Amino acid sequence: MTPSPSSTAPASLDVSGLAYAYPDGHQALFGVDLTVGQGERVALLGPNGAGKTTLVLHLNGILGGGVGTVTVAGLPVEKRNFAEIRRRVGIVFQDPDDQLFMPTVREDVAFGPAAAGMRGAELETRVHEALEQVGMAGFADRPPHHLSFGQRRRVAVATVLAMRPEILVLDEPSSNLDPASRRELADILRSLDVTVLMVTHDLPYALELCPRSVILSEGVIAADGRTQDLLCDEELMRAHRLELPFGFDPRSVSVA
Amino acid sequence: MGAGHAHKLYRHGHSPVHELPPHCKLAAAFAFVVVVVSTPREAVWAFGLYAVLIAAVAAAARIPAGFLLRRLLIEVPFVAFAVLMPFVAQGERVEVLGMSLSVSGLWGAWNVLAKGTLGVAASVLLASTTELRALLLGLQRLKLPPLLVQIATFMIRYGDVITDELRRMSIARRSRGFEAGGIRHWGVLAKTAGALFIRSYERGERVHLAMVSRGYAGSMPVIDEVVATRAQWAYAAVLPAAALAVCLMGWTL
Repeated sequence: MTPSPSSTAPASLDVSGLAYAYPDGHQALFGVDLTVGQGERVALLGPNGAGKTTLVLHLNGILGGGVGTVTVAGLPVEKRNFAEIRRRVGIVFQDPDDQLFMPTVREDVAFGPAAAGMRGAELETRVHEALEQVGMAGFADRPPHHLSFGQRRRVAVATVLAMRPEILVLDEPSSNLDPASRRELADILRSLDVTVLMVTHDLPYALELCPRSVILSEGVIAADGRTQDLLCDEELMRAHRLELPFGFDPRSVSVA
Repeated sequence: MGAGHAHKLYRHGHSPVHELPPHCKLAAAFAFVVVVVSTPREAVWAFGLYAVLIAAVAAAARIPAGFLLRRLLIEVPFVAFAVLMPFVAQGERVEVLGMSLSVSGLWGAWNVLAKGTLGVAASVLLASTTELRALLLGLQRLKLPPLLVQIATFMIRYGDVITDELRRMSIARRSRGFEAGGIRHWGVLAKTAGALFIRSYERGERVHLAMVSRGYAGSMPVIDEVVATRAQWAYAAVLPAAALAVCLMGWTL
């Protein structure tokens, strides 16, 4: 299930020594080191205020100027590479109403590739493929606000898939979804052949989808290992304000 | 949420008028209005001919007369003041039904009413044969400042989102026992408006973040190229050209 990071291809994501303080002086990251190999699915866990969003916004250069480096498939995140970096790093934000800003689904999915200069039939094919991947091909001409929340989340995933990203970064992908939509999204994410970094508080979801997890706590990576091992380590969980839902025992689940 | 799938003004169809590229229709409607406005008001028959032209376009677009007339009601508040003109204007007066009316006022009222109605009719036809989205693409194609087009585009997308937010805030207020009524509650409503503004502003920032993350660098990428053939332009030009002929006759006769 997990292709081990091959030694020849550069890691999809390589963060090293990343530290960052906001202009108001609040320091959010204190030297983060994280490597995500090609094709891996990794969950980024951590309590509120641990710096997860700050880290995510460093991956495509929205935030920067601190210490340390981020490279995406060998390409450093620097101003001169921003266009290519933003194509390679597909961030799906938490609220699909923020992510989907165009009048129709089709135009929204086309936005990224079109911004990169793609036109005409090639663009159409790209849009259709991306919508096909998330099972939303029949909704291309709908305005996003006429879709259900789960459908909007899936279209939001398609908007970044259309850019053929190296790594898909999902911010709370399961939030506000009903159980069926949550499962449908999981099926979609499993079917994609792409590196995934998933920021989530939904620990069962992390266990279901990501063989590996890292815990970000107080601006550093506090733990990195098999998701099941981390979730079973009660002391570690408590130390970082992570709690499993009532009645959920990670030991009782067999994962591939 | 839950509005129709197209904008309310739009009437779905496949007529030749529907099929025309949006920027041709925009240009034609605009030219038509300019021509109508520059017609002398004394040429009463000219306005009758314009109305016939509009009716012909409506027929070509298969827009029923009732539909068009109902949509025309939108101008009522705007022309209400035209009705007052014969009463308040100065100058020579005539007796109509026992009322003393100003002649120049009557002409003024006729001028506003006729030109206004024709202008609104042309706009209604444009709106009912062109989707809102297509209109914006047309405006973009006609080289309207891109910032204006972008703002309008976001208005279509976020109008419903913001209305919904407002509705939720209103439900939250009422759930806590608040009923708006009377001047004493204006303070609360003003605060709601303020909160809505801040929420929308913050949403704007998040949307911008999402756009930048997908490669936005200041200009919207062209996704749908709207192009018009020479024949389509010629077809769209029929209305303003015919109107221009009428207008010229109005000036010379």
